[in-house]
Amino acid sequence: MKSTTAFYPGARLKNRTSFGQSVRHSLTMAYRGLLKIRRTPEQLFDVTLQPIIFTLMFTYIFGGAISGDVLSYLPVIIPGILVQTVITTSIVTGVQLREDMDKGVFDRFKSLPIARIAPLAGALLADTIRYTIATVLTFGMGYIMGYRPDGGLGHVAIAALLVIFSSWAISWIFAFFGVIARTASSVQGISMIVLFPLTFLSNAFVPTKTMPNWLQWFADINPISHLVTAVRDLANSGSVGWDLGISLIGAAVVVAIFAPITVRAYMRRT
Amino acid sequence: MNAIHARDKAVSGEEWAVEASGLVKTFGSNRAVDGVSLNVRAGSIYGVLGPNGAGKTTTIRMLATLLKPDAGSARIFGYDVTRESQIVRQLIGVTGQYASVDESLSATENLIIFSRLLGLGRVESRRKAAELLEEFGLTEAAKRPLKNFSGGMRRRLDLAASLIAQPPLIFLDEPTTGLDPRTRAQMWETIRRLVKTGSTVLLTTQYLDEADQLADRIAVIDRGTVVAEGTVDELKASVGTSSLHLSVQDQPAIGEARRIVERVLQATSSVTSEAGKITAPMANADRVTDLLVALRESGIRLSEISVQKPTLDEVFLTITGHGAQENAAPNTQASHRKEEVML
Repeated sequence: MKSTTAFYPGARLKNRTSFGQSVRHSLTMAYRGLLKIRRTPEQLFDVTLQPIIFTLMFTYIFGGAISGDVLSYLPVIIPGILVQTVITTSIVTGVQLREDMDKGVFDRFKSLPIARIAPLAGALLADTIRYTIATVLTFGMGYIMGYRPDGGLGHVAIAALLVIFSSWAISWIFAFFGVIARTASSVQGISMIVLFPLTFLSNAFVPTKTMPNWLQWFADINPISHLVTAVRDLANSGSVGWDLGISLIGAAVVVAIFAPITVRAYMRRT
Repeated sequence: MNAIHARDKAVSGEEWAVEASGLVKTFGSNRAVDGVSLNVRAGSIYGVLGPNGAGKTTTIRMLATLLKPDAGSARIFGYDVTRESQIVRQLIGVTGQYASVDESLSATENLIIFSRLLGLGRVESRRKAAELLEEFGLTEAAKRPLKNFSGGMRRRLDLAASLIAQPPLIFLDEPTTGLDPRTRAQMWETIRRLVKTGSTVLLTTQYLDEADQLADRIAVIDRGTVVAEGTVDELKASVGTSSLHLSVQDQPAIGEARRIVERVLQATSSVTSEAGKITAPMANADRVTDLLVALRESGIRLSEISVQKPTLDEVFLTITGHGAQENAAPNTQASHRKEEVML
């Protein structure tokens, strides 16, 4: 009995997990996510191929028509395609979370005295590595094609961080779908329906001026447009505008809403 | 009633690891668990015995805070499973029916991650993982991904993961189902060792001999309710220590043989359809002599005779009046039905 008595002297046991513990648990779960990526590198196909193919395709198709030539289209399209690609990548977070939750190991996570948010937060945190890969590749492709951002490397780095942070925030939405949906493919379906209009009905690929009024109105209030503009400002002129503020506030609002409801939905399933 | 209970506790001076009363869980129209009450003393092995679908796993999941009970309450070392679930989780280890370990990672990585989650430091986690792998004979396979693990290795890793924090109460959901006899014996040895170090074990099983080997007390569970509870000896006494199997040479004579068996042994018998084998509980071995004489006198020739230790099916036949595998069938007179031998 000796070895067990140390475990329940009532005073030491707490029914709540402290904030510090929650962060530690989440970081451990993120470490698990990184190990998984290392074990199955093929799941990085989408984040490596999509930036390369999309950047090439869109730039050469639209370049001449929209900006006169490819080179002067690059400052417009690279930030646009960056936001579109990285945010699309965050759908995978929700899909993989759904697949992961169906496995037996989640039963153990639920039976451990860890913060309930940790398995979710950890998975989302580990996926920022995916966004980083996609971001670096998109800027890299742009550079190869002749894109020389005037903002300089520092501002490009800030722009990259902004995109990664925003995608992490948005991935909470897909994590929520992941928790409530029954199958991984339905997560993919719902997420595409939400994201496709959002990314295309924006200023990511074309200037909004030529759109009909109602569409222009939507494209202008679309948070994706603000994010794209913020990235363009940072990368192309090194300037920080109101769009950056809107993007950050928007990302924070998404997390503030979706993180709690995702965790609650996750706990209800247990 | 309450006062008596409290006094009882004070007199015996023993602590309850599990106190569950009236647990209910409904899935749609199916009452998977229908009022289960269990009391498990600290430091003992408690077996929950029942066929597939009896509600064993659901009961364990409620006790382990993985499922919320629809009604009833349960306390683990005095802590309520729903209101103080995070405390309860610090006191338990759970090994599920399906190994709850990470398929895509190696054994070492699995144990390190669980150790880290339980608050161990980086170095300590690594040491603990190595120690447990050694203890469970998994050192050689430590770096391989679990995809290539056998069922037995997976179970052992799963159990190892449940022991990281040395929890005082361990839930084992069918720890040996699907394991080969050797691995099964190893698992039993591990479970016994756990209890020696002071842990309490609550295990579910479909096999009476497993409960017999390990458990101090047993609850027989069927259709979501506890149908019998007691020590292994008490339970066995209620079934008869062994059962007698008879095969007759002339199939048509089986009915007559069965009547004689039931008359002489004064017990309910059953017949397996395919083998034409009569099975009856053998409470008193001495009566078998009378039975064989009676069969000889009636001119019934036997082709085979054997004695078997009680199986779950016989426990069920005796306690519930229906076979273990016929949970879905309507409850008719047991003696007029064909029974399937389960083990």
